[in-house]
Amino acid sequence: MNGGSPDAHGGAVTLAFDAHGRLSLRRADGSVLDDVTAIRAFPLTAPDEGVSLVGRDGREVCWIETPAQLDPASRDVLATALAEREIMPRIERILSVSTFVTPSEWQLVTDRGEASLTLRAEEDIRRLGRRSLLIADRHGIQFRVDDIDRLDAGSRRLLDRFL
Amino acid sequence: MILDDRPSIEPPLASGERVLGLLETDFDPAGRFAPGRLVLTDRRFLARGDAAGQWSEIELGPELRLRLSDHGGVGTLELHAPDARIGRWRYLMRRQEQAAEFTELARRQLAGIEHEPEPGPRCADCGASLAYPGAPCPACDATEPTQDTAPATWTLFRLWRFARPYRGSLAIGFVLTLASTAATLVPPYLTMPLMDDVLIPFQNGQPIDPGLVGMYLGGLLAAALLAWGLGWARTYILALVSERIGVDLRQAAYDHLLSLSVDFFGGKRTGDLIARIGSETDRINVFLSLHLLDFATDVLMILMTAVILMSIDPSLALATLLPLPFIVWLIHLVRERLRTGFEKIDRVWAEVTSVLADTIPGVRVVKAFAQEAHESGRFRAANQHNLQVNDRLNRTWSLFAPTVTLLTEIGLLVVWGFGIWQIAHDRISVGVLTAFLAYIGRFYTRLDSMSRIVSVTQKAAAGAKRIFDILDHVSSVPEPADPRPLARVDGRIELQGVGFRYGNRLVLHDIDLRVEPGEMIGLVGHSGSGKSTLVNLILRFQDPVTGVVRLDGTDIRDLGVADYRRHIGLVLQESFLFFGTVAENIAYGRPGATRAEIVAAARAAHAHDFILRLPQGYDSLVGERGQSLSGGERQRIAIARALLIDPRILILDEATASVDTETEQEIQRALDNLVRGRTTIAIAHRLSTLRQADRLVVLDRGRVVEEGRHEDLLAARGAYFRLHEAQARLAAAQFAPATEQLPAPASGKTAS
Repeated sequence: MNGGSPDAHGGAVTLAFDAHGRLSLRRADGSVLDDVTAIRAFPLTAPDEGVSLVGRDGREVCWIETPAQLDPASRDVLATALAEREIMPRIERILSVSTFVTPSEWQLVTDRGEASLTLRAEEDIRRLGRRSLLIADRHGIQFRVDDIDRLDAGSRRLLDRFL
Repeated sequence: MILDDRPSIEPPLASGERVLGLLETDFDPAGRFAPGRLVLTDRRFLARGDAAGQWSEIELGPELRLRLSDHGGVGTLELHAPDARIGRWRYLMRRQEQAAEFTELARRQLAGIEHEPEPGPRCADCGASLAYPGAPCPACDATEPTQDTAPATWTLFRLWRFARPYRGSLAIGFVLTLASTAATLVPPYLTMPLMDDVLIPFQNGQPIDPGLVGMYLGGLLAAALLAWGLGWARTYILALVSERIGVDLRQAAYDHLLSLSVDFFGGKRTGDLIARIGSETDRINVFLSLHLLDFATDVLMILMTAVILMSIDPSLALATLLPLPFIVWLIHLVRERLRTGFEKIDRVWAEVTSVLADTIPGVRVVKAFAQEAHESGRFRAANQHNLQVNDRLNRTWSLFAPTVTLLTEIGLLVVWGFGIWQIAHDRISVGVLTAFLAYIGRFYTRLDSMSRIVSVTQKAAAGAKRIFDILDHVSSVPEPADPRPLARVDGRIELQGVGFRYGNRLVLHDIDLRVEPGEMIGLVGHSGSGKSTLVNLILRFQDPVTGVVRLDGTDIRDLGVADYRRHIGLVLQESFLFFGTVAENIAYGRPGATRAEIVAAARAAHAHDFILRLPQGYDSLVGERGQSLSGGERQRIAIARALLIDPRILILDEATASVDTETEQEIQRALDNLVRGRTTIAIAHRLSTLRQADRLVVLDRGRVVEEGRHEDLLAARGAYFRLHEAQARLAAAQFAPATEQLPAPASGKTAS
């Protein structure tokens, strides 16, 4: 729609923020596309590769195999854009849980400060590999646990009741 | 969601300044959790969101623009001046209603439209608009977390609801238990006189009195026979009752399951649900009929034994009962660990079942892609997980039983020692000690078996909890408290401001649509544009998050769910046939239909001919395990099914998508019969299927982008035109002569 097919490789593209805080893409041919959104293709299994730039109409305009192929400035811009878009707090400590029966309300300390989470059902805890978890809050925020073994004993005991 | 210590400081208002709206925000600019607020007044925005707690202000102006977006459970409100972004606030998605309203207010204010407070009931918690005052809030979800901190054992008492109808039988069972337990306690008592009056005197040189011995032995036999008879009657009656409770429980759980909305099933795994209703109810059943009964008997026996022992010799009785508190303490200690362990085993077990439920229906895919090893690995992982959890539990469990046995032995030792000491001091007779030993032999074996109740109770409690999880789940499409009667249906459907989201993904946005009685509209759009969701809302499989769906002017939430759906015929892409005859499948929506009606419906659906070609005609078995039918044949049976209930409203969800062009024409003719005179909403990917539609509605990413007749939309050269062009090209490519060299598929590029 926005003029042609996606760039097969983000080879010579550069990225910048405009004054509106939106991402703008400058292609190798010099054309500029405003207001694109950066989306990780594999946010969990391979967060550092495969970033898609999507135009306002929801179509991909550029595929970036790996951010390493961008120039350093664009890479920083991309990292910032991704970080702003994704709020996926990491659970550092579980302070308390209201009940061991779902739905259960948890009080947490995360890398983004204190928060609480409502676990609707045990199925909302998704295992990512052996030691890490992704816990979906009732309202959609995804909380991560990178390594269960690195939590303190109290948090682990509380968490264990739901696994 | 945030620990609620919002800044309570009021915004610094100028004199005469009016507050119009408020949005609570949850993140600071760096994206850390921090409570803040954004206030809209008649002059400016006032924001307080950073750690310093300072208020910042932005003057309102007609050049400002607001932008609302969300991703991953976090909503963002951005404020743009013509040349730059001047503000950004982020909030949790549970405030989305508040945010949407705030944005709407602010936009009006920016545009200079006077704000007028909107009447209508609102949710006290989140501010979402409600269907009527006090209605369950669609945004807050009907099932708020229940503060149920009671241990899972407590759940078992909730089974009383199912036991109530049988309380007469239960009372008889209890009396019988009492009597049979008492009868079993007679024999040890008789050992006392046998020892003191017969055996000891004999050892001291006196002859045995045969009459006395006969009397005691007769008493022993009578007690044994009595205990046997009473025990049989008790076990039989209570087993009957528990079996009935189990059946009722299973039925209630299944009935409740059927009443739940479609999205509940989307979120649960089939295997897990089957396990809950099947094996969990059975486990509870066994618990009630076997373990609970034994436990009650044990408790009674211990109480009665304690009373008898006290009456014979209080000091020896005290020594005998001494180990009891230790065992109780031990039981309590292990109890917690075992319960959580068993709950965990249940979850793991459901995981194992789920793998099976996933793979077996999909076995063709598994084999076609040669993924047997992968699936086996998946099963092994679940199986291993099961093993791990069991191993961990068995560590505790295996320690438990031997410890109880050890304590039993120590208890006996105490009695022996204390008894010998008392006999030596001539305080008690040998007979009394024998009786005590006979009693506590039973007593301690009971304690040992009682300790087993811990695990079975926990298991049953865990099972009961999982069943009550289903029973407590409130349908997200609640029946109205006072449903309006639905006598005659014209079939006018109106959607007003309808919005819907799955989790945090916005699927429909502010849809307004009106379908007149008898009108046929076609919903078109890319997959994922929200067509099916829209249809789900009309079917009331789900309720919209915002806005209303009306039938003949009545909010469908005010109508009885089944009453409403009775007027809707549904034909899906993949028609589901139940195991049964063709005739039963056609008459599924109206089991009372006559054979003539069934045949008429089948004829109208162009299904009659092929049905007659089946080995047993209308009596042929179809569905899983039955005669296999082609997609087109199944489809026509489904159309006949819809025709038979003669609905006012008809929904066709990709009804011809999975059949070839030739069959499609056949089905199309069947559909033409079906559609006639009914309000019809059809979804079709293939635009040619919608040639009959009075009006086409084009959806794109949850919004209506175009609406009108086929020709007009083509002339407009908009979204519909592009869809149409794309399909025309595809069709041309398909029917291109075989000799013509087709262009090689574009390499390295993915079709988006």
